[in-house]
Amino acid sequence: MGGVKTTTKQKIAFSVLFLCTLIVVLPVLFVLWAILKGGAPAINWQFLSTMPREGMREGGIYPAIIGTIYLVSLSVLFSLPIGLFAAIYLNEYAKDNLLTRLIRLAIVNLSGVSSVVYGLFGLALFVNFLKFGVSILSGALTLAIMNLPVIIIASTEALASVPFSFREVSLSLGASRWQTVRYSVLPNAIPGILTGAILSLARAAGETAPILFTVAAFYLPKLPKSIFDQAMALPYHLYIISTQIPNIKTEVRYGTALVLIGIVFSMNIFAVVIRAKFRKKKKW
Amino acid sequence: MVNPTFRITGLDAFYGNKHVLKNINIDILPNAVTALIGPSGCGKSTFIRSLNRINDLILTFRREGKVCYHNQDIYAKDVDVVELRRRVGMVFQKPNPFPKSIYDNIAYCLKVHGIKDKDKIDATVESSLKKAALWDEVKNSLRQNALTLSGGQQQRLCIARTLAVEPEVILFDEPCSSLDPISTAKIEELIHQLKQSYTLIIVTHNMQQAARVSDFAGFFLLGELIEFDKTDKIFTAPKDKRTEDYITGRFG
Repeated sequence: MGGVKTTTKQKIAFSVLFLCTLIVVLPVLFVLWAILKGGAPAINWQFLSTMPREGMREGGIYPAIIGTIYLVSLSVLFSLPIGLFAAIYLNEYAKDNLLTRLIRLAIVNLSGVSSVVYGLFGLALFVNFLKFGVSILSGALTLAIMNLPVIIIASTEALASVPFSFREVSLSLGASRWQTVRYSVLPNAIPGILTGAILSLARAAGETAPILFTVAAFYLPKLPKSIFDQAMALPYHLYIISTQIPNIKTEVRYGTALVLIGIVFSMNIFAVVIRAKFRKKKKW
Repeated sequence: MVNPTFRITGLDAFYGNKHVLKNINIDILPNAVTALIGPSGCGKSTFIRSLNRINDLILTFRREGKVCYHNQDIYAKDVDVVELRRRVGMVFQKPNPFPKSIYDNIAYCLKVHGIKDKDKIDATVESSLKKAALWDEVKNSLRQNALTLSGGQQQRLCIARTLAVEPEVILFDEPCSSLDPISTAKIEELIHQLKQSYTLIIVTHNMQQAARVSDFAGFFLLGELIEFDKTDKIFTAPKDKRTEDYITGRFG
């Protein structure tokens, strides 16, 4: 019977689709489980809030956490305004000609460039040419440059999702183009822009290559005092204790990984919450 | 003879290579309702969207010929488009309030024109809603989101919002096409009242509506203005066979 055959085919199709989903999710769950299991015993207040001791085999990871927070917050100060304004220009003002199409294409491609390339670029431009040295400033700027394409793409999409009629109405009421963007388009695009920005920051927090040559220190006995100081950072610290330091307890490694994943995860969840909240409010 | 508010001479309009308006010549008189009728895609909407230059937003749009507003060519280089749009308001086909409160929808217009005085804003919100015959229905819920209103109420809010800018001309682009008959009757009644103080141009698919509300009527077909005259002339003694066929429902 044809009917039986159709349902059988459907069952097979669903099973294949489900299996593929499982293949995607399982490794992630396994990694999380392994890190959680290995790292949880190391996590305590002392681990999070003290300096490393005994060649980083004992003590905490406080300076690495602080360094990562500094880097991420400073980089967003640079990348969010510039990325947002560029997106506004591209989406609201730029004429659709060959030049802007090339710029758009370049931005999409830049978002796929490997992060070590940004690291070398940061070394050449900020550390050497602009003489910021190996410093938080150089690192944050490098991360900002790496994040710009992602923020621009997310912001452009958020702006484009605001209905065309909002612009039409606003202009028909005698608002200027800038007023239209400022009061009518932007307020409705902000949640999408924030979501994109936070996701890109989460990526920045976890990247090692861009900070490798621009800011990261192997070990510092003190916390950084200014943006021209070097800093330790979580991903680099994890790399160091995993490869350069023998006889270190595994739970310190796993614990560090757990803290890094925890930071990235909570940022992602925050972004998801913002988006969900906005979806509920959105009515057009 | 009164001076026309708009004098359009030899207007041609294009979207890319598509020729949508062909040599339109028309005078729009003040304090009257001018209705534009014709089948879909005949260019009526493009025509009124050329009068406040809102078609500038469409990148492929191009036009030739003159659109004079009080003897000033609105497509001339030195024209302040923002000021033009302030004086030539527009109500769109689909009710399109902002996703803000009723109050803020109207306050938006004042905000963009730099008015910050709270009393002045309150007064304008009230007077605009009264003029749009919406005040009694919403006076206790001004802080409610405008999108919770019914379609007909939303459209009257859009009219109130346009009135708050104090324009001289209001362009209506099929304002009732998405409304039920009762809301339509309310909007028509409103148009009738607004005629005292404003110059109105209304695009409509509905012939009875054109006959009911307008003083002048123009019949568009395939981008051409076939006939333009007093409404009763168009509906009782059309000169052109095509106009007659359309209003008697033989095609369209």
